[in-house]
Amino acid sequence: MTQAAAPAPTAKTRYRRHSVSAALWRRPWARATLLLTPPLAWFVLIYLASLVILLVTAFWQINPFTTNVERVWSLSNFTTIFTSPAYLTIIGRTVGMAAAVTVVDAVVAFPFAYYMARVASPRTRTALFVAILLPLWASYLAKVYSWLVIFTHNGILDWSLSRAGLGQVHLIYSNWAVFTVFCYLWLPFMILPVYAALERVHQSQLEASQDLGARTWRTARLVLLPLALPGIAAGSIFTFSLTLGDYITPLLVGGTSANFIGNVIYTNVGIANNLPFAAAMALVPVIIMAIYLACARALGAFEAV
Amino acid sequence: MTGPRTRSGLRATIAAGLAALTLAAVGCSSGSSSQGTGTGGTTTAGQTVPTANLPVLQKVGKEEGQLNLIAWEGYLDPKWVKPFEQQTGCQVNAKYAGSSDEMVSLMKDGGGGQYDMVSSSGDADLRILYAGDARPVNIKLIPSWKDFFPAFQSPPFNTINGVHYGVSLQWGPNVLMYNTKDFSAPPSSWSVIYDSKYKGQVTVPDNPIQIADAALYLKSAKPSLHITDPYELTQPQFQAAVALLATQRPLIEKYWALASQEIFDFKNGNATVGAGWPYQVSSLKAAHFSIGSVVPSEGATGWADTWMLAAKAPHINCAYMWMQYISTPKVQAEQAITYGETPDNKLACSYMDQMQPGSCAEYHANAPASYLNSISLWKTPIATCDNGKPDCAPYAQWVSAWNTQVK
Amino acid sequence: MESRPLRVALRVWVALVLAFLFIPILLIVAYAFNRSNIESWPMSGLSVHWFAVAWHDPQVRAAFWLSVRVGIFATVLALLLGTAVAYALYQFRFFGREAISFLLVLPIALPGIITGIALNSFFSFTGVQFGTLTIVAGHATFCIVVVFNNLIARLRRTPGSLAEASMDLGARGWQTLRYVTLPLSATALVSGALLAFALSFDEVIVTVFTAGAQNTLPLWIFGAIRLGQQLPEVNAVVTIVILLTVVPVVLAARIAGAGTVTRSARNV
Repeated sequence: MTQAAAPAPTAKTRYRRHSVSAALWRRPWARATLLLTPPLAWFVLIYLASLVILLVTAFWQINPFTTNVERVWSLSNFTTIFTSPAYLTIIGRTVGMAAAVTVVDAVVAFPFAYYMARVASPRTRTALFVAILLPLWASYLAKVYSWLVIFTHNGILDWSLSRAGLGQVHLIYSNWAVFTVFCYLWLPFMILPVYAALERVHQSQLEASQDLGARTWRTARLVLLPLALPGIAAGSIFTFSLTLGDYITPLLVGGTSANFIGNVIYTNVGIANNLPFAAAMALVPVIIMAIYLACARALGAFEAV
Repeated sequence: MTGPRTRSGLRATIAAGLAALTLAAVGCSSGSSSQGTGTGGTTTAGQTVPTANLPVLQKVGKEEGQLNLIAWEGYLDPKWVKPFEQQTGCQVNAKYAGSSDEMVSLMKDGGGGQYDMVSSSGDADLRILYAGDARPVNIKLIPSWKDFFPAFQSPPFNTINGVHYGVSLQWGPNVLMYNTKDFSAPPSSWSVIYDSKYKGQVTVPDNPIQIADAALYLKSAKPSLHITDPYELTQPQFQAAVALLATQRPLIEKYWALASQEIFDFKNGNATVGAGWPYQVSSLKAAHFSIGSVVPSEGATGWADTWMLAAKAPHINCAYMWMQYISTPKVQAEQAITYGETPDNKLACSYMDQMQPGSCAEYHANAPASYLNSISLWKTPIATCDNGKPDCAPYAQWVSAWNTQVK
Repeated sequence: MESRPLRVALRVWVALVLAFLFIPILLIVAYAFNRSNIESWPMSGLSVHWFAVAWHDPQVRAAFWLSVRVGIFATVLALLLGTAVAYALYQFRFFGREAISFLLVLPIALPGIITGIALNSFFSFTGVQFGTLTIVAGHATFCIVVVFNNLIARLRRTPGSLAEASMDLGARGWQTLRYVTLPLSATALVSGALLAFALSFDEVIVTVFTAGAQNTLPLWIFGAIRLGQQLPEVNAVVTIVILLTVVPVVLAARIAGAGTVTRSARNV
């Protein structure tokens, strides 16, 4: 009874060695769980947990003298926000500004993205890509400061206008300045998704529309635009939410009426140290964005990009 | 590919996780909330300083290599920070704050323990102390303290019942700044910043404590209100000050939150007159701009700063080294001249005149008592007035009024 | 399809938009040469000494390297976690799929200040020391979305039959991953990673709330801006950063352009 040498690999042993991957192949839920657990754990344990704590904090109060948080349950933060005309104005002003920036950025981005996607040669397209991405690397703060020099009293804008005989506009420290800077800052975030959506439109679809007799504008309106809408919706998520919560641009470029939701949250957290009130105020953009995301999803924004 | 296990498994996990977290958030009672129930401590206005009985350092040990400081813009100029870093080996990390509120808030950041010291003004000190965010200082380890003016050795804003929580630094006024090209003579009254003649050219700090400046002006302009202390305002006095600021609003070009904003605005002609700190004045002067500053006839609000030691300071030896260094006469003189304020060290005067002749008298470093009386130093408004009655507007009301009625 | 006048109009529009995008950038570069430390128009004089100041400033170097480290950690984390989620959501259908997509978009859909204060109070509450790790945690949360979006868009354009064919041919799970799936999604991963790094490098608002007593480059810039005396140095630093990133951005644009599958569809 001599011990047999190791048997040559048969189909059976090869199968056993591959059994882990085979087992996973046959149990898709195991693969799914394996893949999903780390990211979900991250999100739930860190991000969601912190949002939940913030939500809970909104129902508490602070000691007025030491500004330590006290766990006294109350709805007073919410009643203050929703019954005070000052805060309601602020909310309205912020939503209006976000909507205006979104619309203008979409209008500005669309022809640019169209050119990039359908007219430009591959080399031009790469160059335009670089041109869009490069401003993202210049510091946000430095860019806003450049706009200060443009808008300031006898700054570049007014100086050029008066040289051209057009009179001055005095935009510094006004909501027009804030609006322009927001449009400027988020433009690349709108161009990229619209470009991605336009790029995926088949040439044949546009040609078919023309074969059926529609001219350029009609094709654009009835065929191109609906196909590009998911991209616009995706880009609008960026422009809307980035405007909704920003406090630095209004702080630097805005005037006495540049009080937005982000400013109220910031002054209450970083300065007045009234975290419960800031948390209550923070729930307003959360609710607004939840509604916005639902609409964007209906428009197919999550299929795009 | 889809099985019942997948669906219910994921759903259950997510639901359970969220439920557990919510319960944990509500149930746990750890962390930096609610005032500590101090065992002992000292009392002022019915409150106790939770950290009063913490042990003080007996001897300054080896440097820890780092020092994290919260400071007003201009307080950590490389001119005096670099020699300190070279002498002691403590690398200074600066965090700038533009208001006392920010400083109070930063001291709490992350449950305390982020920063070693804060150069807080009188209106922040008590709030930091009673929140338990500062710790007692062994003043014997700071030899230069003996050379301070008596008024600043143990002032009520950083010393409670003989326990020091920091070392006094410097003090100064909130000045009236103006462009000398637009004003042939220095304005004699604060009324210029409330005058519609200067619509769109005025700038004042974005800070609720500004209500005190309005009250100070009304003290002289409307004697019928009987304002005595601009920080202790009864409701009618408070409402009058807020109303004045509301009428000022259309005149304001910008409420400045960062010192650099006021510097930029004056330089570019966005503002020609306003309230600011000596730091902006000296920065503009250094850039050869036509800036002037004055303390008008009504007096001015001001601040007296302390380097306060954080309760959980991670680099306590470096902190003590800094406190001694910044209190020495030469460094006090340097900071006073560069920033434009008054030093607390008696011996700084001669150094100041060496560095810049006449500066000792210019910044009143030789006769602080009378000048000091003309400045209403910042202090936190509390509900109990000086006469003991609870009629006065507490600071929370100042914040709310500033954000909803003034701005 | 487009008529001649329309093409001309489009070119003019593109030129105007490019001018709009780049005038402030050119100003940043121009004002790096400003002799005076307070910005005003016109510039009071030219000087290159701010570049020397910026180059030798130890605070700038420390901030720069911290930003690079944080960016790398956040991007790596985002790649690992974002890829995992993208594959899972692409391949499997299960209840809660929509919820997970929604959850992932939240860090970008919600304003940064909310993420910032939420994480700040969470870390304070759980006693976590603020430092590099907390900054990375904040950044990774929105970087994951960026990688996820790029990858899932790419995956949706990839036929699923390729992976199955690979398995049919005898490849094991990880072999399929290495030889088939990864190469197909490489370009999406690269462009996602670069965008994630860019977002992390320039992030201000969340970082303000999650940093300890330290500065990333944007935080240093914010501090310098407060002082009002170091603005040309800030502009010099930003100019140097832009110059350093031109090459990677050009590479990224080439890669992103090359990976498009539907390019051929245009010519159908």
